[in-house]
Amino acid sequence: MAAKPRVGIFDFTGCEGCELNHLNFEEQLLDILEHVDIVEWREAMDERADELDIAFVEGSLSTPDCITRINAIRRKSKILVAVGACAVQGGVNAMKNLQPIEAVREEVYGEDKYLFPTLPALPLSAVVKVDHEIRGCPMTQIEFLKVFTALVMGKRPVETDHAVCVECKLRENECVYDKGMVCLGPVTRGGCAAICPSFGQYCTGCRGLVSDANPAAMEQILVDHGLAAEEARKKLQLFNANQLEGTQS
Amino acid sequence: MSGDLNINVHHLTRVEGHGNIVVNMRKGVLEKARLEIVEAPRYFEAMLKGRSFHEAAIITSRICGICSLGHQMTSFKATEQALGLEVSEQTLLLRKLLVHGATLQSNVLHALFLAAPDFLKVGSVFPLVASHPEVVKAALRMKRMANVMAEVLSGRAVHPISCVPGGFTALPTTAQLAELKRGLAEQMLPDLAFAAEVLQTLAGEIPDFSRPTEYISLRSDDDYALYDGDICSSDSGRVAVSEYRRMTNEFVVEHSSSKHCKANRDSYMVGALARWNNNHDRLCGEALEVAAKLGLEPGCANPYMNTIAQVVEAVHCAVDSIAILEELMRRGIKPEPPNQEPTRYGTGVGATEVPRGILYHEYTYDRQGRIVKANCIIPTGQNLGNIDNDMRKLVPEVVPTRSEKEIAHLLEMLVRAYDPCISCSVHMLDVEFIR
Ligand code: SF4
Ligand code: SF4
Ligand code: SF4
Repeated sequence: MAAKPRVGIFDFTGCEGCELNHLNFEEQLLDILEHVDIVEWREAMDERADELDIAFVEGSLSTPDCITRINAIRRKSKILVAVGACAVQGGVNAMKNLQPIEAVREEVYGEDKYLFPTLPALPLSAVVKVDHEIRGCPMTQIEFLKVFTALVMGKRPVETDHAVCVECKLRENECVYDKGMVCLGPVTRGGCAAICPSFGQYCTGCRGLVSDANPAAMEQILVDHGLAAEEARKKLQLFNANQLEGTQS
Repeated sequence: MSGDLNINVHHLTRVEGHGNIVVNMRKGVLEKARLEIVEAPRYFEAMLKGRSFHEAAIITSRICGICSLGHQMTSFKATEQALGLEVSEQTLLLRKLLVHGATLQSNVLHALFLAAPDFLKVGSVFPLVASHPEVVKAALRMKRMANVMAEVLSGRAVHPISCVPGGFTALPTTAQLAELKRGLAEQMLPDLAFAAEVLQTLAGEIPDFSRPTEYISLRSDDDYALYDGDICSSDSGRVAVSEYRRMTNEFVVEHSSSKHCKANRDSYMVGALARWNNNHDRLCGEALEVAAKLGLEPGCANPYMNTIAQVVEAVHCAVDSIAILEELMRRGIKPEPPNQEPTRYGTGVGATEVPRGILYHEYTYDRQGRIVKANCIIPTGQNLGNIDNDMRKLVPEVVPTRSEKEIAHLLEMLVRAYDPCISCSVHMLDVEFIR
């Protein structure tokens, strides 16, 4: 790209934690701004743009209005990057897809449920073409910088497709299974430097499944470590409800 | 002016989440002035059903990135109360420190990145990179410092990792604590003083508007209540957190996918200004000095001053963090696994002052430690009715002298002053609904 790439940042249904993480690049933020022009970002600025080189999009799609907006963003953007678990997999929002939608709305709004339209929570790729993905809940900052640098230099970013366990072992962490906990590291895509086990927590699977994951075997491991079958399934569904749909009983 | 006015600010900028401002006036009579919430509902309470107590905070954290720590803290307190889990003094100190860090982070971000562009008459923080580089750099340094606090104490700032019900899965070293203290004393405090000076020069840009309302915040005998306290209303005094339903009375309105709240009047305000009005006597001297400098007075009824109250609080958080760090270093960090052995299964309520106001979580657990019922009441939802009421008073006051564009801008600034987090406010629950 010859001139400075024109970048837009957009958000759909999510917690805006991924967007916030853009601002959390305190040290790099001023450098980033030297290499691109941020021309649209509702959360930080008033302006709107007609054409974009790169759109970074957070959040899942969950209302009819979301579908209209994502189509418009796709039309005006050369490259569209899905940012964070909500945009890539549907994220935690997709858990609601596991329950009948009417029941969910009733639970929350009682008899007023028809006031607010809602759809199942979808990843961006269910509606538009997504060129690249930055995973994580919140999006993993090291991965963002990698993808961002590659795109600004006109290169194709490399995707991570190995398990969190690989990175966890490299960091020589004590495996949380040895502490009596359970962990989704074996089926979850790395790229986060196994940050959760490094802080004594288990991996909740936020970065989605590796492409050759065997969720049924993972579920069995959880059951072997004392979880009830339903509990084990729920643990796997936390960030991957849409991906596991086919494996449900 | 003809007495007709139509304002429609679609997808309000520089706030978190999606909302529209709609105002219309016909022949001098105000027909509509309100903030419409169009964010998609997310149904968190429904997602929590059947989940184990280990997962509750992991899920509710995802209601809001910027308040993720506050959601976790509130969730832990509700769970710990419901399951009879005691936590250590060390855990309490570390949690208070984390809450200070999150308040610093959010208040600085809002005051300098989202609200300051209004005072400097630009559309975003980006032009300030060129025109006011030292302000932007100081703001980034403060944010970094607040993030370092979160990273050292909990793994990361957005969706913290190592805080769990009953304690922590990883603990900082004394050397890390000493480093945090040095950063706060040598960098954060001078940067905050500089930010206060800059805001002092801009004080004339804060709109002059006043509408007394009911102010609700936590209040504690021991400190400036952020991590915990009783519910305190400027109208009716203190009640226990367990009484929260009586102090919120959620109800559905058709122009908002987020429910509204009321207590003694038809709306109330939560957040930094409410905390200031109710608890200014608990602030440290340094924070009170900054308040005096910036013209913030007890009993302030100007919602635009919320931004100033945030800066005053940030000073308090930095000063008190240093005191907590000293206390932790004096005691020495003891290795201790989180206490996760329930002694009972029942219902618990937690309340925390997150940057935008009081946050409540209530959970009921079954005998397997799984959630059967959950309720979360978020600060922005509590402020929505008050924002509408402010607009209804403000619009007729400014119509005679201001253009439509100026009025729209004043309204946007008003909404932004509340620092609303619309994505959080859109949640869901099973409260009886009152019309
Ligand atoms: S992926 Fe996680 S951090 Fe990002 S918007 Fe969704 S819930 Fe928030
Ligand atoms: S802690 Fe989790 S990620 Fe690390 S090695 Fe064990 S199973 Fe794998
Ligand atoms: S360790 Fe697992 S849960 Fe934690 S960030 Fe990595 S993928 Fe996500």
